[in-house]
Amino acid sequence: MSDVRYIKAPFDEATARSLRAGESVRISGVILAARDAAHQRLCACLDQGEPLPCDLQGHVVYYVGPSPAKPGQAIGSAGPTTSGRMDAYTPRLLACGLRGMIGKGYRKPEVVEAMKQYGVPYMAAVGGAGALISRAIKKYTVLAWPELGPEALALMEVEQFPAIVVIDCLGNNQYEAGQAPYKKL
Amino acid sequence: MRELSVEKITQAVADLCVEACCRLPEDMRKAFATARDSEPSAVGRDILGQLLENADIAREETVPICQDTGLAVIFADLGQDLHITGGDFTEAVNLGVHKGYVEGYLRKSSVAEPLFERKNTGDNTPCVLHLRLVPGDRLRLRLAPKGAGSENKSMLKMLVPADGLEGVRKTVLEAVTVAGPNACPPMVVGVGIGGNMELCCLLAKRAAARDLHSRNPDPRYAALEDELLDMVNRSGIGPQGLGGVTTALAVHVEWAATHIAQLPCAVNINCHAARHAEILL
Repeated sequence: MSDVRYIKAPFDEATARSLRAGESVRISGVILAARDAAHQRLCACLDQGEPLPCDLQGHVVYYVGPSPAKPGQAIGSAGPTTSGRMDAYTPRLLACGLRGMIGKGYRKPEVVEAMKQYGVPYMAAVGGAGALISRAIKKYTVLAWPELGPEALALMEVEQFPAIVVIDCLGNNQYEAGQAPYKKL
Repeated sequence: MRELSVEKITQAVADLCVEACCRLPEDMRKAFATARDSEPSAVGRDILGQLLENADIAREETVPICQDTGLAVIFADLGQDLHITGGDFTEAVNLGVHKGYVEGYLRKSSVAEPLFERKNTGDNTPCVLHLRLVPGDRLRLRLAPKGAGSENKSMLKMLVPADGLEGVRKTVLEAVTVAGPNACPPMVVGVGIGGNMELCCLLAKRAAARDLHSRNPDPRYAALEDELLDMVNRSGIGPQGLGGVTTALAVHVEWAATHIAQLPCAVNINCHAARHAEILL
């Protein structure tokens, strides 16, 4: 692919706001890993007024539940899981400063509205390409709730992690724009 | 009477788990390459290329193609003249799943109870076992690990006879459209037609787990498979839902006798990691 943009994570506001739907990116730095159960617990912390296990400010969250690492590996296969299951929790986390999301699949309109409000892009990694994507993940460190196994909250060090911006902070949607020219029904 | 020990069954299941999760069937790999050459979308071609590379890494390093190594769905065709010795058949199969998922570094995605505690069982048991008694003295085991991204997009419509072929077309298109990128296209779409509620769903599951290039033996249903594939690929969804003509690599249809008042239609989508492995013992 041509025109790949190389960016650092965590995101600053200018980077987050400048990403546009359809752009291919390679992300280097540190990202969060969380899926269903970790999202539920993050929101439970907020409900109970307890501190979160980490400050979400500027962080990019990757929706992933990796397979176990074999000896010598940093992580097992680690492709994206379906983002829509996190929709119920997402607006609250964006309000806490979360600056980007990586997953796969459609988002609810209320999530897109929150993305526009807080200036947050949503990116897709290639679903099911877990073995390939794991090569961009150099370190995986559980931050909280290890008892959740693959669902634990974790930090990942990534180098040139490949993703495509699907919905930007203006609400442009690459699923819609990409599909339209090929729809012949 | 021919005998088969539970130990052999356990080891065979354990081997099938790793084989299915780490080695994509060669026909799927070839289909990625063919689709990459014909896909007009540049993003789509790039994604298909990544899927090829991913399948090769998984095979070479014996790591899972996709981190969601699924619930272990096992189709067991047990010959009625085969005597299983040394223990309980279902336990032996589950012990094989335990061994395969734990020793094979596969992800454990099974929770013991669905609603209140949702505690992970830690070894991906229990499997989903579909046991059929068949003629002969052999045991055929087909393991098709099924991830949730595509499984969550399953659909059942209790159509009525007046809905007819058009009802089936609409159901398949609706299922695929609603699934979109969530089900990780290019997909393999399994369609069940007929039977009753539970049989129809099982037909769809069996259809989704068929070999990629297999065709329904009834020429009318084989033609329907072609027609539905063409329709699905005109949806525009494309690889990963980012647009293109490669939304599905195959549509498989299985059918069964049904009630005079019924035309149930079920859709079970397989993601591009349409994994399965089989052994005859």
